[in-house]
Amino acid sequence: MVASAGTHGGGPGGAAGPAAALRCVGLLKRYGDVLAVNGLDLEVQRGECFGLLGPNGAGKTTTIEILEGLSTPDAGQVEVLGLGWARDASRLRQRLGIQLQETQLNDKLTVAETLRMFRSFYAQGPSVDALIASVGLESKRDAWYSKLSGGQKQRLAVACALAGDPEVLFLDEPTTGLDPQSRRQLWDLLGQFKQRGRTILLTTHYMDEAQVLCDRVAIVDHGQVIAQGTPLELIASLGAEHIVEFALAEGRTMPAESILARLPGVRRASVDDARGTLIVAHLHEALPALLAAVAEADAFTLLTTHSATLEDVFVSLTGRQLRDG
Amino acid sequence: MRLSTRPLWQLTINRFREFVREPEAVFWVFAFPVLLACALGLAFRSQGTPDVLVAVLRTGASASLARTLGAHQGLRVRELDRTEADVALRNGAIHLLVVPGEPLTYELDPSRPESRVGRFVVDDLLQAGAGRRSALAVADRLVTVPGSRYIDWVVPGLLGMNIMGTGMWSVAFSVVQARVRKLLKRLMATPMRRTDYLLSHMASRLIFLVLEVGLLLGFAVPVFGVPVHGSWLLLGVLCLLGAVTFSGLGLLVASRAQTVEGVSGLMNLVMVPMWVFSGVFFASENFPAMMQPFIALLPLTALNQALRGVMIDGAGAAALWPQVAILTTWTLVSFTAALQLFRWR
Repeated sequence: MVASAGTHGGGPGGAAGPAAALRCVGLLKRYGDVLAVNGLDLEVQRGECFGLLGPNGAGKTTTIEILEGLSTPDAGQVEVLGLGWARDASRLRQRLGIQLQETQLNDKLTVAETLRMFRSFYAQGPSVDALIASVGLESKRDAWYSKLSGGQKQRLAVACALAGDPEVLFLDEPTTGLDPQSRRQLWDLLGQFKQRGRTILLTTHYMDEAQVLCDRVAIVDHGQVIAQGTPLELIASLGAEHIVEFALAEGRTMPAESILARLPGVRRASVDDARGTLIVAHLHEALPALLAAVAEADAFTLLTTHSATLEDVFVSLTGRQLRDG
Repeated sequence: MRLSTRPLWQLTINRFREFVREPEAVFWVFAFPVLLACALGLAFRSQGTPDVLVAVLRTGASASLARTLGAHQGLRVRELDRTEADVALRNGAIHLLVVPGEPLTYELDPSRPESRVGRFVVDDLLQAGAGRRSALAVADRLVTVPGSRYIDWVVPGLLGMNIMGTGMWSVAFSVVQARVRKLLKRLMATPMRRTDYLLSHMASRLIFLVLEVGLLLGFAVPVFGVPVHGSWLLLGVLCLLGAVTFSGLGLLVASRAQTVEGVSGLMNLVMVPMWVFSGVFFASENFPAMMQPFIALLPLTALNQALRGVMIDGAGAAALWPQVAILTTWTLVSFTAALQLFRWR
């Protein structure tokens, strides 16, 4: 596993100290009969952008809220910047920036008024104008929150999180529901924050987002980390670089899984209804072999290939699509 | 630290901004009480004794009888047909119907005090006109008590009611809305002190209070001549104490509610009994004696009594200590309880 900390240096105060930015061990959280988090371990280094990846209901939000000190675990240990929530809550709050998934700020306050209020809670941090500039909302300085677009609201939420010049930034599904342009703007913003050696923990169910932003990711399912590493390591763990997906017209016989798996260049094969997926190391060997195995070329209603992504890692680990939840 | 960068100031000023940017809220808090005072003032503006409304049933002899009665002050007399008279009696447009004949008959609803008074006034006049002489010599001395009009009595009640209503609504509504929008949870994720948040609601209330009390009294005192016999300073202090008490109660009501509908129900549960029992529109002495000790302990009763004490009786602080003690106790209890029960998410 590649730890990318150290290369970026520490947070303010030169604190590239021994303690990890975030650490939790054996986290357990139960809501009624539902075990939301089931023995989750995590360690995030300083200066790292770490992604919690998983479908809805996997326990990502519960985990991040426990780390943020907004929720207490039923069991397990949590350490943030080497401190604990029970003893050091007020000191920690000054050093963390938090964006929550469902917060709606006051409708009838302007961008500047909202930020001035958030800024007043912190002992130090950038000026209100600098915050507005950092998220590119200069033209909306005096606009009410209710008049902002979804992307602008989300950027304001991030600006609120940055009000105390935090060492660690927590983001829960920061780009969910945003249009592609707004997502890209937010990614740029987070990239700049990362450049300054600060730590980010974010949850997402967008694989492309994790691949662009994160140094390391943990894939979470049913309240546990089922895989962890850099995006490239995880993709490499599939043992193959390409994915072939195909579907056959009705009435055509789909070759058995065992036959597909033994085709040259194929690592793994799965068949689901009339749809087949091959995880492939050598595309130039596998593709002709597949065509030969199906025999009639006009039987294909779909035949596509793409480079393997984190999405494929998730599917191969759980047998489910991420978006299905 | 400059004032403008203090969290309490920022929370308070933003709370104030949010409120004044809500035109409906501004109407209910500022315009409505003035309109209400205006309406009540017009309805009960008459000074001295109210007229007795009398009708004489139209017959051959009715015209001269009506003329005789109409010559007297304090009586408004008209002639009516049978059907008109029945309707007028039923809906209170006349207090008394005089039917000429042998014997002369008075028709009235004995449950209406004005009707019973009217009967004696009319009877007295007619008997005296027919030659009856008083058996006992009597004299009247008319005393006009200052501040005895209904409007003088009801304005302090309206003031109290308004302090209660806006205090509780503005605090409870904005707290629950912030909870619904997960804004409370977001604020909890900052280093903001919880007491600052709760105090900001009280502090912004005080800004409104000056406007709200000023507007109502600024209207009622010059327009209706409502007196303030006691000290204006003491009146101001009592309004302040009332505002603090009811924003504390508002916080308590809002401390757990998860929806705006839920908190509306709770608010009515708390406020409606006080509207009824605490002597806003009619004196709470109308309720049975066994209820009086409980009524006296209600915060709105204490506030109304204290406001009337200052405005009507010119009472000083020393005379009002029981009311002040009741309000202070409510403030401390509701604030402490709200802090304990308050749900931040």
